[in-house]
Amino acid sequence: MREFSYSLAASLEDAAHRAKAAGALLIAGGTTLLDLAKCGVTEPEAVVDISKLTGFGEIEVTDGGVKIGALARMSDVAEHAELQQYFPAVTQSLSLAASAQLRNMATIGGNLLQRTRCNYFRDPAAFPACNKRNPGSGCSALGGVTRNHAVLGVSEHCIATYHGDLAVALTAFDAVIELTGREIGIEDFFLLPGDTPDRETVLQPGEIITGIRIAATPAARKSLYLKVRDRQSYEFAAASAAVGLELEADGGTIRDIRVALGGVATKPWRARAVEQALIGKTLTEDTVREASRLAVEGAVAHGDNAYKIDLVPRVVARAILTVGGLA
Amino acid sequence: MTDPISLNLKINGQSHALDVEPRVTLLDALREHLHLTGTKKGCDQGQCGACTVFVDGRRVLSCLTLAAQAEGAEITTIEGLAGADGALHPVQEAFLEHDAFQCGYCTPGQIMSAVACIKEGHAGSEAEIREYMSGNLCRCGAYNSIVAAVRQAAEAV
Ligand SMILES: Cc1cc2nc3c(=O)[nH]c(=O)nc-3n(C[C@H](O)[C@H](O)[C@H](O)COP(=O)(O)OP(=O)(O)OC[C@H]3O[C@@H](n4cnc5c(N)ncnc54)[C@H](O)[C@@H]3O)c2cc1C
Ligand code: SF4
Ligand code: FES
Ligand code: FES
Repeated sequence: MREFSYSLAASLEDAAHRAKAAGALLIAGGTTLLDLAKCGVTEPEAVVDISKLTGFGEIEVTDGGVKIGALARMSDVAEHAELQQYFPAVTQSLSLAASAQLRNMATIGGNLLQRTRCNYFRDPAAFPACNKRNPGSGCSALGGVTRNHAVLGVSEHCIATYHGDLAVALTAFDAVIELTGREIGIEDFFLLPGDTPDRETVLQPGEIITGIRIAATPAARKSLYLKVRDRQSYEFAAASAAVGLELEADGGTIRDIRVALGGVATKPWRARAVEQALIGKTLTEDTVREASRLAVEGAVAHGDNAYKIDLVPRVVARAILTVGGLA
Repeated sequence: MTDPISLNLKINGQSHALDVEPRVTLLDALREHLHLTGTKKGCDQGQCGACTVFVDGRRVLSCLTLAAQAEGAEITTIEGLAGADGALHPVQEAFLEHDAFQCGYCTPGQIMSAVACIKEGHAGSEAEIREYMSGNLCRCGAYNSIVAAVRQAAEAV
């Protein structure tokens, strides 16, 4: 790990100001930053600690929904009793992520900004070519081992998966990301790789995430995060689905449904085609299985990751059927 | 060369003054600077749990914590778990009784994690223990005995 200076931010303004300097990076929980500094992927010259700032770590539940401060720790959000009741997919996405120790350290803001686990990205010494790290250098994953790479939202320049779980649940329920000076819907916050895979979000230098808001809806309340993986715990998703369901008073017709996917796309992925195919339909196993196939519309496999195209519709269907009480 | 910074770390109830480079992790500060080698370095990247310590009573990974970030906090390591009279913590007793290790390298991390797991109220069943202890890997595969030890200790404390 390269040398860097360390300082505590005195205030949000101070942090924003200092983060604008070239070579400066904010640190919150440090679980992404220090990991990548050790890999040689990020080489900060100055690390500015925002984790001790007050006023951005609270969880406020109101009638309309919840506001979670960017410095709230994953474990505190995961264990929050009211959130577990009103936003089960959100709390589940956190308790199924990483490990108890990491969840005690990692913050909500840092969590959204975690980087891909693409092994080529993480190993600059062995694989210099990586468009995400070094624009224009090529992509070492193409033609390589791609079991964990994305099938949705890929470009010829980068096929790296966004592996975070929380952002997937937030995407299903149209969360709003609050930044210093503006706010933005989560789907617009994350960018597709296109020909600039180095740009992952709309965040500008010196901009800080201060919190996220989620509106309370019937679908968010009747929701689930299903994470399928190679190891039962302490593992990223091979494929995951955040789903929420609201039925009409007749108990069978779908009024509202939300589906977002993780572990298979280059950004948290909203599966709108599945939602649209199901709204107004009667909830049956056949309808759900049929609609779930639309989750992988436009998917592109690169060798080893082809299995995800079979897996995703099953994960989506199982999640919907479970939340609908049919599985 | 970045100037060293002067830190005062409170570890197991004792204050320790040290001068370190800002990039030094809490794990390296403990092991290399303060010679508290009970806390182990496995992966150094958050993937194994061998370096688990408590910061203000919560279990964290010392390999992904900067020493500077731990200033002002109460740090507890495996060396601080036994009583002042040397009496072992019930979790340590349970690990001995169940022979919950082979090489022992993961054991300090397992024990710290287990103490926290029980305190958090996540040791109610075997499945819950396996889930909430999943951040601690054991290359020797002593998992069955570890789970048994945690179950027994959960009932004792
Ligand atoms: C072994 C391992 C397993 C993991 N497994 C999972 C998993 O299964 N699922 C999952 O979702 N995640 C997983 N993670 C990722 C983990 O959740 C993230 O590392 C963590 O959430 C990052 O939060 P942090 O506070 O530690 O971020 P930091 O490392 O402090 O920051 C990350 C980045 O965000 C920037 N930043 C931080 N806060 C802000 C802010 N408020 N505004 C602007 N910029 C900011 C920093 O400058 C830095 O670049 C795993 C990590 C590890 C190491
Ligand atoms: S997939 Fe993306 S992150 Fe991975 S090597 Fe290719 S360009 Fe880099
Ligand atoms: S040494 Fe810290 S998690 Fe492995
Ligand atoms: S006892 Fe050897 S690694 Fe666990």
